[in-house]
Amino acid sequence: MVWFSSRYLALAAQDLAGSLFDTHVWIALGWQEVQQRYRRSKLGPFWLTISTGAMVAGMGPLYGRLLNVDLTTYFAYLATSLVVWQLIAGVVLDSCQAFISAESVIKQIKLPLSMQVLRVVWRNLIIFAHNFIIIIVVLVLYPPNFGWHMLLMPLGLCVLCINAVWIGLALGMVCARFRDIPQIVQSLLQLLFFLTPVMWRADTLGRNVWAANINPLYHFVEIVRTPLLIGPASVMSWACVGFITIVGWLLTFAVFARFRGRIAYWV
Amino acid sequence: MGYIRAKDVVVDFPIYGGVSRSLKSTFLRAATGGVLAKDAAERVFVRALDRVSFEFKEGDRVGLVGQNGSGKSTLLRVLAGTYEPVSGELEIRGRVGAMLNIWLGMDLEATGRENIYLRGTIMGLRRRQIEHLIDEISEFTELDDYLHMPMRTYSSGMAMRLAFAVSTCVPADIILMDEWLSAGDSIFAERAKDRLRRLLDKAKIMVLASHDTTLISSVCNRVMTLDHGAVASMEDLPVEPDRVPAKVSILSFQGER
Repeated sequence: MVWFSSRYLALAAQDLAGSLFDTHVWIALGWQEVQQRYRRSKLGPFWLTISTGAMVAGMGPLYGRLLNVDLTTYFAYLATSLVVWQLIAGVVLDSCQAFISAESVIKQIKLPLSMQVLRVVWRNLIIFAHNFIIIIVVLVLYPPNFGWHMLLMPLGLCVLCINAVWIGLALGMVCARFRDIPQIVQSLLQLLFFLTPVMWRADTLGRNVWAANINPLYHFVEIVRTPLLIGPASVMSWACVGFITIVGWLLTFAVFARFRGRIAYWV
Repeated sequence: MGYIRAKDVVVDFPIYGGVSRSLKSTFLRAATGGVLAKDAAERVFVRALDRVSFEFKEGDRVGLVGQNGSGKSTLLRVLAGTYEPVSGELEIRGRVGAMLNIWLGMDLEATGRENIYLRGTIMGLRRRQIEHLIDEISEFTELDDYLHMPMRTYSSGMAMRLAFAVSTCVPADIILMDEWLSAGDSIFAERAKDRLRRLLDKAKIMVLASHDTTLISSVCNRVMTLDHGAVASMEDLPVEPDRVPAKVSILSFQGER
């Protein structure tokens, strides 16, 4: 076997193009998974909305006081932050199982492998859409700074999803090969939830704000959350995200090209 | 269009975990199965297919035989395009239909209809194409209104009929089967056989892995024997097959085994 060749790159590009072309397959698979999880439950995925809502309602007053911030703005901040964080955390966690959980399909039918990652991202977007109700309710109750800059939120979400795909591909592959990684990712994610300005604001760090700025997840949350609350996300956030998007995709594409053919053997 | 050519196809399965330490010799031949070996980096792997070469042309009905672990299923997956060979050349022309696991992608909590859509989508059909198939599947399986019920309410026979019907609803140039498909009680089994025969008649190439030599001699016109992942023999069967399992077996072939 050749260690690397341009043919690998072509096949990987073909795989990605195939997934983008056959959108109906991963859209159907993603929907089915959401349905499967909530079948025979009356509220279905809206249970997630309720649980996120309860979290915001419960944690808002407590953390607002603990952090000594104005509750009216804190509710909107916490709601948007939590919903965006849940999207990121959901994609990261589910990506670990993207290929492993699709073992039977991967071994029987030749489908683009990247399709499994798009299925995971899509499924989490469906859940995000359900959670988005919380954001709307909170923003109606505690009106933010309305304006055209809110249109940057869909853009931020798109960029986040583009990144979710490479993160999903990378994690999906690593986790299929090394089965200890999902556990590590899970623990890390819990830690990152507290380290990332989700419940607290980056500016409360004062001189130590660098601790938030060096955290890529902070910038991902920022580009989706800030347009809904205050205004456009900072240039630094966009620059960081842009840099990560390019480097992340380049590296992942190379790794995917090299090991794409091995995934069926790993799962 | 149907054509398959393999030249020196090699498939290695990496073995992860603490196996390498317990393997004292560098080259072990397992009692059954592929050859265990180590590569330069001390990784242990099973050579599931060892320089396999063959050519299947239109009209070929190939029976794959060999003991458990000889590489039959692996070869089917290579032909399905899911396992990419480590080395060697593989050329496949034509649409491949793999019927390796008829339960693939089925969700017991979903209704029969939903399962047809789901499975159809995985097999590459568009929504509209599936809509056309529903009536036909409903009639063939005699499930009618049950198609609106969750599959978990089905008897095992009903579930089997549905899985069989969905698996066999898409025509393909090259059909791969791991053991012959059959389903249900005697009356249904007869109709299932007809349905499968019609599907196979449309196919240019069929590759069937089976332990049942009687079956192979009645549905295949070529037999490929695998042994420890290598092609041990390849022979043409003397009689033009009936393509349906017949009660009479061809003795000459049975004698070979």
